[in-house]
This record gives sequence, structure tokens and C-alpha cells, in this order.
Amino acid sequence: MGTAPKTAAPASGRAATKKELPEHFKAYKHVWVFIEQERGQVHPVSWELMGAGRKLADKLKVDLAAVVIGPEGEATQSAAAESFCYGADLVYMVADNLLADYRNESYTKALTDVVNTYKPEILLLGATTLGRDLAGSVATTLLTGLTADCTELDVDTDGSLAATRPTFGGSLLCTIYTLNYRPQMATVRPRVMPMPERLARPVGRVISHPLGLVEDDIVTKVLSFLPDRDSAKSNLAYADVVVAGGLGLGSPENFQLVRQLAAVLGAEYGCSRPLVQKGWGTSDRQIGQTGKTIRPKLYIAAGISGAIQHRVGVEGADLIVAINTDRNAPIFDFAHIGLVTDAIRLLPALTAAFRARLSPHSRDRIAS
Amino acid sequence: MHIVVCIKQVPDSAQIRVHPVTNTIMRQGVPTIINPYDLFALEAALELRDQFGGEVTVLTMGPPSAEDSLRKALTFGADRAVLLTDRFFAGADTLATTYALATAIRKISTEYGAPDLVFTGKQTIDGDTAQVGPGIAKRLGLLQLTYVAKISALDLTARTIDAERRSEGGVQLLRTRLPCLVTMLEATNQIRRGAMADALRAARAGIVKWSAQDAGVEDISKCGLRGSPTIVKRVFAPAARSEKAALIESGEQPAEALIDAIFKRQPTLETELAALARGY
Ligand SMILES: Cc1cc2nc3c(=O)[nH]c(=O)nc-3n(C[C@H](O)[C@H](O)[C@H](O)COP(=O)(O)OP(=O)(O)OC[C@H]3O[C@@H](n4cnc5c(N)ncnc54)[C@H](O)[C@@H]3O)c2cc1C
Repeated sequence: MGTAPKTAAPASGRAATKKELPEHFKAYKHVWVFIEQERGQVHPVSWELMGAGRKLADKLKVDLAAVVIGPEGEATQSAAAESFCYGADLVYMVADNLLADYRNESYTKALTDVVNTYKPEILLLGATTLGRDLAGSVATTLLTGLTADCTELDVDTDGSLAATRPTFGGSLLCTIYTLNYRPQMATVRPRVMPMPERLARPVGRVISHPLGLVEDDIVTKVLSFLPDRDSAKSNLAYADVVVAGGLGLGSPENFQLVRQLAAVLGAEYGCSRPLVQKGWGTSDRQIGQTGKTIRPKLYIAAGISGAIQHRVGVEGADLIVAINTDRNAPIFDFAHIGLVTDAIRLLPALTAAFRARLSPHSRDRIAS
Repeated sequence: MHIVVCIKQVPDSAQIRVHPVTNTIMRQGVPTIINPYDLFALEAALELRDQFGGEVTVLTMGPPSAEDSLRKALTFGADRAVLLTDRFFAGADTLATTYALATAIRKISTEYGAPDLVFTGKQTIDGDTAQVGPGIAKRLGLLQLTYVAKISALDLTARTIDAERRSEGGVQLLRTRLPCLVTMLEATNQIRRGAMADALRAARAGIVKWSAQDAGVEDISKCGLRGSPTIVKRVFAPAARSEKAALIESGEQPAEALIDAIFKRQPTLETELAALARGY
């Protein structure tokens, strides 16, 4: 009961009902991606979704549209222009200075209105704080289905969206359909889908839609915005190399060994959840189901057991290296390279060895 | 002041097995807990009540056994507990869940007074969607503040609330009007240890139990599996990786051996790493 996927539904139950789309939903066409921008910055998850959306649209032989919502001006215009570079056939735009800051009321109104006017069959959003806030409100307003945190999106033979998401902490996957309602909505976390190639494309058709609100209509006011300091902001999700530590490191001091290795590699550092709970690490550094999803070229996990909730956050890495004293640790089931040893002793040696190996001097040596 | 806190009883562990034949979840024997994020919501509500006076009502939709979670919430100091339980609610997705919970909150309003605030956790650890809070808000026409790290001010006379909302790039300080729905992030506040008096009271306390009809559900077809636009077609285990990790023998120079193995596997990494390391 509740929000857990309805795993109890047997195949013979409602899941087996044939698609009988009510007549008024038949006009719903096209795949849409909500382009998330906050304070002039487009969140890269939007482009990742454009990549996924392109595939769906091609399969359905329909257009891919981007929905750009934001204040009037350059940032919003350039978000629209970028959308074409990531494959949009057209852009729906709501530009109004009342949309400078994200507020649920105004953004819900903007997105709901465009959906009701132009009727997409599929609507995708990033599972970010903004995307989840907005998606939940819009889906409830439209009384349609919404599948959260999908890891795979596809279309079925009959054209329905097949949205696959992990359930019960990633120990299972389920494929969810929204058969009799439109649009079919889904959110996807950052870094779950690969970043598509950016093409240089001429600007295409932009369809503008009015917001239809005045400031007094919006009750919620933004009193201030405190951006994260750049130094405090981790780029974990988008880093090429990530080094992370787990409880096996035994103490906050030993967690420094992870940071030192990361520094030598120009990498980001992260941790498993217990470290956040113990206060050795901050929550923006947590990797996994309830933390960040990462997709680095190289991931080094030291003293991390590899529980399913951790695994789901790192599976997109090209190369996973595990250092663990327990040869039976689950992390060795999905790591590519493993070393059964004490991470506390190995990490300093690894830092020194990498430093030597990657110094310009040693590179000259390789070249000669 | 009246605050309604929505909580959910969830399986404690993700160590849930799939039935090999039916592909359904085997939940038997898995202990249940209050969704951890809901405890942050409950604590935030209790702190406000202690400061401003009033009452905290906890509400859950679930099977009869969800009473355990409500009793626990009472030991922490909640004033009243409502269990919404009916077989019609079974199999609800987020949309159907918000219909049922919103209906129950309306009923709570008429029975015990309209809430000034409705609290939920930011998400559950089994469903993970973070959509029920925004959905309830929309159903009830409430303003909403999601991903709240801190409630910085509450003015019951002016009927305003100020809260710090975590966003991707920073923290928004928002002011909105009551009544409003708040979803709470994990915070530094720890749920209080219930006072002995609360524990005793909770043990004896009655829990209000409502069926769909009791709660005033007008359209049963909007509840449970029937009211859920999303349908689970298939549940399956993630594909196991066939290949296990190649184990490096730790030998004399394990660090060097490991680096060799890494670069052997991904030859381009060496130049990329050198560039990254230089840039740092
Ligand atoms: C709802 C839910 C959500 C969760 N979300 C996340 C999440 O997002 N991210 C996450 O990481 N976890 C998450 N978890 C927790 C997860 O289940 C595990 O408990 C956690 O990942 C374990 O962390 P760990 O591997 O650091 O610690 P442990 O499980 O304690 O493992 C420590 C490992 O270190 C090894 N070790 C010990 N000493 C050494 C040494 N000297 N050198 C090398 N190795 C050593 C041990 O062999 C062991 O394998 C979640 C759990 C739940 C229930």
C-alpha cells in the first residue's frame, strides 16, 4: 500500500487490461522534455533526458519538444537554442520575469497550461529537487500517472511508455505503464542516462505561451537565495574520476586518505551512507540510491562493502576498482578490478604511486 | 495550532527477496519501521507544537499492522493518531495515495480542526518518489514547501511561514502563507526519545481507525489499484554481472600492481589522469 510500487499486482490483475485510451486522450502526441534551469543555469540532466527523449520520439515517429520555462532574457533564450543542439524539433517557451526564481505555483501553472494546450504523449523531467517538486504537482493537477526515478525508458509495441525503475532499494526493478491517461510522465535522476552528443544546429521553431499570472497571484515569495559556495559544491555526479571511502576505513582521519588520493588524481571524493550518518562526510558526497548517481571513467571504492543501495549509484562507471579486506564482499561482484587488502595501508601507497606516475617528469619518461 | 504529520510504515531492510515463481515480493518476516524521513517531519512538528502550543495528529494509510508505527509516533509525543485502512486502498500508486490521504486530512479538519500545517518526509525509502507531498498539497489546494532543511520562522498572527528550501544550487529562503504543506529533508534534529509519560499514554491511547467510508471517500474508484493510473507490468531482478572482479595479487608493490591493472584495462586513462591531475 502507499507509494511503493504495486508489486503485489499479479499479471492476471489490472496489469493485464488492454489499452483502451479514452477518446479525448488520442490527440496527445509527441515526446517532451522539461528543460530545467535555475538562475540561468540549465541542469545537465535536461540534456541527458533529451538524449533519451530523442530515442523515444524516433521510435514513435513523432517530434521531440523541449519545454523551456524561465525569466525573459538571454538565459532562457539560450536554453531554447541549446535545446535544438540536443535534438529538439521544437521548443515550447514560457518566458516571464515572474519565473526568475523557481516557485511551485508559477511553474506548475506554466507547465500545466502548456501541456493542456499542446498535449504531449510523454513528458520527462529530471528527478532533481526542482523536477520532483514540479512533477508531483503537475501530475496531480493533470490527474495522470508519474513514474519516479526511472533508469530505463522505452516504448512498447503498442506505443506505450515502458518506464523501468528500481524498487526496494534497487534489489528489484519494475516496469511501469500509464495506460489510460495522458501524458505519461516520468522523472529520471541526473547521470542515469548518458549525455548525448551536442550538435551545432540552427535555431528552430519556438512556440511561446503566456504565463498569465501577476506577482500578486503568487503567494510564495523568495526572500533570499544563498548559492552554494563553489568550494563547497561537489561536482561528484559529473566527475570523470571519483574516489570514495566506506566504513571499512574505520575513522574520520582515515577518510582523509581518500581525499588525498582524490586530490592527486584531480578527482572528486565521495563516501557510503554510514559515513554521512556518522558525520565523517556530508550528504552531498554520498553515493548511492539515496545519494548521488555517478558515471565516472574511473571509480575507486575503499572499504566499501558494495550493498545494493551503493551499487545502484555507481553501476554507470566505466571502470570500478574495489579495495576491501574481505574477499567475499559484494563489491567484488560488480567491480572490474579488485584488491583484497587493507585500504588504510594501501591508500597512502597508491597516492604516492599515482603521484609519481602522473607527474610531468614521469610522462616525459614514458614519451621517450 | 494544528499540525498533521503523514507517516508511512516501510520495510526496515532492503533485503527483500523475490518469489522465484510468481516474481512477487516476499515481505514476510521483514521488520517494519517508520520511514526515516517522516521522523524528521514528526520531530519538526513536535518542536513547533512545543514552541507555539497546539496539537499534532499523525496520519498513516496502511494495513491494520501500520498501527505499530502510529503507536510509536504517540510515544514520541504526538497527540493523536489516525489509521486509514481499507482493502480498497491496497495497491495505490502516488496519485491514488494522495487522493486517500487528502480525503482523510479533510475529515481530520472537520473532526479535530483544520490543520495550519501538513508535514511529510521528503520521500519514503521504499517508494522513493518524493511525490506524495506535492500531490497532497495539490489535492487540498495548499501551498507547498518541499525539501525543507529548516523552518526559520512561523508567524501565527500574520499566518506566514519562512523556510529554507534546499535546491540543486543553493538554499532558497521562502515565505508563504498558512495553511501549507512541508516536506522535510533529513535534518540535524534527532527524533526525541519519548518521555515515560508519553510512552504510557501511547500504550493506552486509542487509535482512530477509518475505513474509506469513515474517511468520507466519495469515489472509491479513485482509490487503490483502481485509482492508480500507473500499472506495474513486470517485476524482475537486475541482471547479474557474469564477470567477477579480476583480483590483483597484493604482492610486494600492490599500489603499482593496481595502477598497472587500471591502465592496462583503460589505456587512455593514463593521459587523461595526467591532464586532470595537472589541472588540479
Ligand atoms: C533505504 C536505504 C538507503 C540507502 N542508501 C544508501 C546510499 O545511497 N549509499 C550507500 O552507500 N548506502 C546506502 N544505504 C546503506 C547500505 O545498505 C549499506 O549499509 C552501506 O552502503 C554500507 O556502507 P559501507 O560499505 O561503507 O559499510 P559496511 O557495510 O560496514 O562495509 C565496510 C566494508 O569495509 C571492509 N573493510 C573493513 N576494514 C577494511 C580495511 N581496513 N580495508 C579495506 N576494507 C575494509 C569490510 O570488509 C566491509 O566490506 C542505504 C540503506 C537503506 C536501508
